[in-house]
Amino acid sequence: MRPRRATIRLLIHATLIAGAVVFLFPFFWLVSTSLKPIEQTMQLPAEWLPRVHYAEIDGERVKVVEQNENQLVAPEVVVRVEEGEKAGQKLRLQADDYRQGQALVEERRADEVRKLWRRATLIKQAPAGWFFVTEKFDRQARNREARWDILPADQIEERIQPQWFNYRVVLDPAFAAERDYVPFLFWRYLANTLTICILGVIGTVVSCSVVAYGLARIPWRGRNVLFILTLATMMVPFPVTMVPLYALYRKIGMVLDWPWIGTFKPLWVPFWFGSAFNIFLLRQFFKTIPTELSDAARIDGCSEWRIFWNVILPLSKPAITVVALFHFMWAWNDFMGPLIYLTDKRDFTLSLALQFFQSQQGGNEWHFLMAAATLMVLPVIVLFFFTQRTFIQGIATTGGKG
Amino acid sequence: MTRSDRRNLRNGLLFCSPWLIGLTVFVLYPIGASVYYSFCEYTILEPPQWIGLGNYADLARDEVFWKSVWNTAYYAVFALPLGMLLALSLALLLNSGVRGMSLYRTLFFLPSLVPMIALGVLWLWIFHGKYGILNELLRPITQTVGADPPVWLDNVHWSKPALIIAGLWTVGQPMIIYLAGLQDVPTELYEAAEIDGAGWFGKFRHVTLPMLSPVILFNLLMGIIWTLQIFAVPFVMVRDGRPARSAYFYAMYLYDCAFRYLQMGYASAMAWILFLIILGLTLLALKLTARHIYYRGEGR
Repeated sequence: MRPRRATIRLLIHATLIAGAVVFLFPFFWLVSTSLKPIEQTMQLPAEWLPRVHYAEIDGERVKVVEQNENQLVAPEVVVRVEEGEKAGQKLRLQADDYRQGQALVEERRADEVRKLWRRATLIKQAPAGWFFVTEKFDRQARNREARWDILPADQIEERIQPQWFNYRVVLDPAFAAERDYVPFLFWRYLANTLTICILGVIGTVVSCSVVAYGLARIPWRGRNVLFILTLATMMVPFPVTMVPLYALYRKIGMVLDWPWIGTFKPLWVPFWFGSAFNIFLLRQFFKTIPTELSDAARIDGCSEWRIFWNVILPLSKPAITVVALFHFMWAWNDFMGPLIYLTDKRDFTLSLALQFFQSQQGGNEWHFLMAAATLMVLPVIVLFFFTQRTFIQGIATTGGKG
Repeated sequence: MTRSDRRNLRNGLLFCSPWLIGLTVFVLYPIGASVYYSFCEYTILEPPQWIGLGNYADLARDEVFWKSVWNTAYYAVFALPLGMLLALSLALLLNSGVRGMSLYRTLFFLPSLVPMIALGVLWLWIFHGKYGILNELLRPITQTVGADPPVWLDNVHWSKPALIIAGLWTVGQPMIIYLAGLQDVPTELYEAAEIDGAGWFGKFRHVTLPMLSPVILFNLLMGIIWTLQIFAVPFVMVRDGRPARSAYFYAMYLYDCAFRYLQMGYASAMAWILFLIILGLTLLALKLTARHIYYRGEGR
């Protein structure tokens, strides 16, 4: 039912574009925030894109940081350390007057001061319009001494530039720890998540296809009962089985001295024994393959296993890919499972680690949080783009056959 | 029983054996045990103690429980219809034959790929009362009437709407299912309707809706199951359902009972009540819609 009138088509396009902008905006905001320096995350009005400010002081180009006027109480000047041991920390400089151009750094060692010299602070003073005080440490300065200049606004060069430093902090725990940031063991969490995902995917694919074959292609007494039972259990919400499963895994650990709680096992082993939804999905697919194919193979003397392996499986690649993808996405996403079963921080999955990271941050370092979240979203989106057709087809069939 | 029957039985059981074990150990046993635990005082550190209907009686008097029921009902009453309507509208627009449909479809689907925790963290930031981008966009509008935009998650009245809005971002899955359903509607039906003089709305009312009804029902049932179990997003956005437990949902309280207060029996009772609610609503939905669902003959 293609709309005939051009105005209607235009209207539909306009609505879709507006909708797409709304739907994509959070992604833009996620990535944009993840590349901002911290002071630009807490700034009103917000910057759409991460910016960097440069000023030329004593013939040298220096990066300057914007400070919100509400963060700064005169006569103090707050300086963030860019490099060295204390990088990322805020230092407070005492000064008599902004214009005087000299200050002492409180209880800081000289070598730190020397490392600080490159970083200058840009202060916005709202009531008097925009004017900037740029403040800088002198390389040659004696111990504990700082000096600054006043620059008019037009000498500040503003440039849109992403701060990749945020990603370095999130990706490199040693780098983060050096700068007193909460370390995020990204690679370790990624390895944990992938371990659980991949073991689960293999288990799901192997067990569910075998079981689905048994339910779809072998006429045996009781298979309908089993199938109906399988469907019925799909209705049962996870919280119902949650407590007894936890108790069961705990008991295995205590009685058999074979710990499950605090390991990955509860998160992947059960999937080696099938899962209702995927069995259902594959069974429906196997049903659509003509029985003549297996009959012909049977006459040729093929065993049931050979028919499954050589005839049915090769024909079912799309359905099996869907099941593998669904499980991968599910396990990548899963939060409640890891939350219940994983106890050691080093065993956390990305989901659990991100939640933990968020609660540890106390809710201020949004740029790091967004960087970590971006790193968690990105692989799924990449995977989706490579498998889009299968994926969308898979979702469409789950609905069509319900 | 013939020889081939026996062989089939043996092979069938053999092929299904992983699931026979899985179903028993990881599904049926836990379901049974859960019923038993729900009648017990069970801290997991000690064996369960039978207390009959004690847990259920306590629940009836538990204010936090009722609060979580109310919050979840509030959430579902808005999130479910709004989500279904949004998904259906998007699918209808996508199905209107415009160029670039698959690109739009991908764009609208992308948010559904975002892991729940990442989604929670992102929307926590968007809804930030002071520096959140949403309020920055709203401020010029609300200030025309001299008010500040709500602080969302920190306000008793706005925390649930905030979660509902965040939830609407992920309607991709039902949207795709609607779209597939729409694409299955035979074009002859529209042509026939046109000959009968049906306009845009007439075609929608008398062709699209009836043909789509099984898909709508499917999305409704899935929606009931998922919205009532909402957990991860509020867990990261409003831990403990702050403020004043205004966004403390059923599954969150259930989790806390089980793994924070170690009241496993109490939590099991809650799980069963949840199951019965889901079951009841499902049956109700099936009964109410039974007359309106149109199934084409055995399609596949």
